[in-house]
Amino acid sequence: MAIDLSGLDITIAVSGLKTGDNPQPGVPVIRSIRNAGFKGKIVGLIYDSMESGIYLENFADEIYQMPYPSAGADAFLSRIDYILDRTKIDVIIPTLDAEVILYIRLQDQLKRRGINSFLPSEECFLLRDKTKLATFFPPKGISVPQTALLSDATQIRQLDDDIPFPLMVKGRYYEAFKAHTPEEGVKYFYDIAERWGLPIIFQKMVPGDEYNIVIVGDGKGGMLGMVPQKKLVITDKGKGFGGVVVQNAELDAFAAKIISILKWQGPCELEVMKGFDGVYYLIEINPRFPAWVRLAEGAGQNQPAAVVLKSLGMDVEALGPYKPGTMFIRHAEDIIADISVMGQVSAQSELIRRNEQ
Amino acid sequence: MKKTYIAPNIERNYAGNMNKYGAKSVVRHQDNIDGVPIKEIVEQFGSPVLVLSESVIRRRYRRMQDVMQMHYPNIQQAWSYKTNYLGAVCNIYHQEGSIAEVVSGMEYDMARRLGIPGKDIIFNGPGKRAEDLQKAVKEGARIHIDHLDELYLLEKVARELKIIPNVAIRVNMDTGISPQWSRFGFNYENGEALRAIQRLVSGKAMKLSGLHTHIGTFILDAQAYYYAAKALLDLAQKVKDELHVVLDYIDLGGGFASQNTLLGSYTPGEFASPSIDHYAQAIGDAFNESQFVRDHDPQLVLETGRALIDEAGTMISSVIGKKNLPTGERAIILDAGVNTMITAWWYKLKVTPTRPFPGAYQNTVFYGPLCMNIDVVRNAVPFPDLYTGETVLISPAGAYNNTQWMQFIEYRPPVVLITETGKLELLRAREELSDIIEREFIPEHLRNI
Amino acid sequence: MNVNKLQNLAMNDNGFIFDPNTGYSYTANETGILILRKLASGLDKDGVRTAVREIYEVSEDNFNSDFEHYMLMLESLDMIEF
Repeated sequence: MAIDLSGLDITIAVSGLKTGDNPQPGVPVIRSIRNAGFKGKIVGLIYDSMESGIYLENFADEIYQMPYPSAGADAFLSRIDYILDRTKIDVIIPTLDAEVILYIRLQDQLKRRGINSFLPSEECFLLRDKTKLATFFPPKGISVPQTALLSDATQIRQLDDDIPFPLMVKGRYYEAFKAHTPEEGVKYFYDIAERWGLPIIFQKMVPGDEYNIVIVGDGKGGMLGMVPQKKLVITDKGKGFGGVVVQNAELDAFAAKIISILKWQGPCELEVMKGFDGVYYLIEINPRFPAWVRLAEGAGQNQPAAVVLKSLGMDVEALGPYKPGTMFIRHAEDIIADISVMGQVSAQSELIRRNEQ
Repeated sequence: MKKTYIAPNIERNYAGNMNKYGAKSVVRHQDNIDGVPIKEIVEQFGSPVLVLSESVIRRRYRRMQDVMQMHYPNIQQAWSYKTNYLGAVCNIYHQEGSIAEVVSGMEYDMARRLGIPGKDIIFNGPGKRAEDLQKAVKEGARIHIDHLDELYLLEKVARELKIIPNVAIRVNMDTGISPQWSRFGFNYENGEALRAIQRLVSGKAMKLSGLHTHIGTFILDAQAYYYAAKALLDLAQKVKDELHVVLDYIDLGGGFASQNTLLGSYTPGEFASPSIDHYAQAIGDAFNESQFVRDHDPQLVLETGRALIDEAGTMISSVIGKKNLPTGERAIILDAGVNTMITAWWYKLKVTPTRPFPGAYQNTVFYGPLCMNIDVVRNAVPFPDLYTGETVLISPAGAYNNTQWMQFIEYRPPVVLITETGKLELLRAREELSDIIEREFIPEHLRNI
Repeated sequence: MNVNKLQNLAMNDNGFIFDPNTGYSYTANETGILILRKLASGLDKDGVRTAVREIYEVSEDNFNSDFEHYMLMLESLDMIEF
């Protein structure tokens, strides 16, 4: 049965409102919540006044700019307290990789302020770190492509035949590049280290078919929902701009096993490669909804709505079966606004659109 | 009444710089340390001044002891002198029950000066000289052997003195972290460590009492200690099975991270660094799984330095002047630079204002007073207006600061302890010219100019 | 001092400034906006100094230093010419 949020009189905050060529999941998460009938207040938490979701009419009721996670806990909590002087917040759904650990560590402080969330434990969160996958999962029967963690570019020359070129070079939080030669490897090493720090992940390329799975884990080893897709359109930046829901018992079982090992709580996205050798490989676990999460809603599982209820501590039955063949195609459109909207956000760091009493 | 003033500021907007806080405070101020007003400290000791909190030092030590004991009761901490070897600081740890961990002849002498008997000194490090070893053997110190030449030298010294010293072998291993510290000690995976032990035992000149490792520094992955402890305990079992030697202790060294943020890290320390509980859990798990531990209950030694004292130290510094950079950022020149805050080279240090500020924030870079481009205490952080003479706090500053700070261009600042009763005690006076030139000589022909 | 370019700016009280000539926008704080308005109205530097210090509690030294910085910033943003 579809989740109905129409009777819920609360305020929900969601981060990450940028769409465009490298879209963040906030806008689709809010759309799914609204499509579950939610009529309460939506607060958008932004980092940059050029996040496009700010400019959508009849979308977020209030917008607040947040300090970057790198500014630390004090800055974050002072800002939250400032916002709470203006509006209550009952539920927060963080959607960006780099901010999830902050919400996990500050869970108690947020709870004391009446703010609820549905997130994994810190241990669980750390196990999915890209630097951990290759040591944690293989002994438990989940294959991960050969991985080396490098903290010095000179180590690139010492990579052995287990990780031949071309290979993938990845940052701990963001970014992945295909390097064809050690020289390219060195370049990407420094590019990524500059932005996201060390170590840099060098990973064997596994030829095969990639699948992405959006999941809400129940924290006990089970799943409230799961929708796998195969990308149909891939941009030159490697982003999926179209995809179709697939149904494959092996893939489902592989995903279920990962979640049961981790006892993951909350939303996540698995990136899985079915190698041409027939083996399923775990590539990444992203600790938040993906930008294509509306595909789950379209396929019959409104996962963001489920996360809202779980955040409030309510019981939610496992979401029903998903409908294979449901597809999404990403459509970009220009929003027209007056520059004063940007002025309001960049000068005041906040924008109030509608205040229902 | 006139309005509260804030310095005029303007910035051009472009995608990427659109993260500002026009309206409200994101920086909290702190006007005292342990209840003692910053103003009072500066009036009494001048600026800059390094302030240490005795309560924080003791509290963190006890917390480490308590948390570790919850997981494994037989634990002994050894204060890592290099982290902060002011006599008063070392004695706080010794009063709490810590033994001494030294890594050089100089530090060894420091521990002896404080009255620590040889048996309560762990002597680590790759650079022990023959005379250091002779002294340590005579005084019964626990000597941790780093490499084969040292093993031979120590054997020779022991035979000459006809004393059987208590020794441990330092082991390095792969604990899943990078970089792997393979330059210290003997390797575990390739069997080098076991071979060294076989050699040591067959020489019959020394008593092998323990195994030691120090897997790295600022380890953000608590689980690495599980692997380290497991490797040493497995090795201890092997030593017992093959050589019939039962070891007394397992020393896991230090390396626990403080709440500081590494320069290369995107995530701030308070989110990236594991808590003491995480480390304790990892180590406890390995100990409680081990058959060797069930049979022999070896002592667990920890040489934690940074995680115990970093947060207990704060540098108070004053604004000398400010300027605007072509980038639109504001630059503040402080009277404490990288000469006195040397940890600025590897941390994003926290800079805190000492009074509340109205209104706006501007990206501010903090420079030190040195006439050098590298003298950057903290790169751009949003910060309120500051004027000449105002103070800021730079923290954490308790670890590796006053042991590594440089005597370059400026006199080094005083170090003050705030006692548990709130008293200010001077631990080290501000340097004067005589401190700098005391050991200098000017040859006769260069005396007249 | 040439302040012609300031005449075209659209400023609001929040501190947002839009320059329709160039498409650039700026964010200034309360004192920043006040100084721009005073300059645009034709006051010279001394006039601005007096005007600001009449409204705000600030010492002459502190304000002079900030004001000189601010004028340099305006010049580097190509908003005024000396």
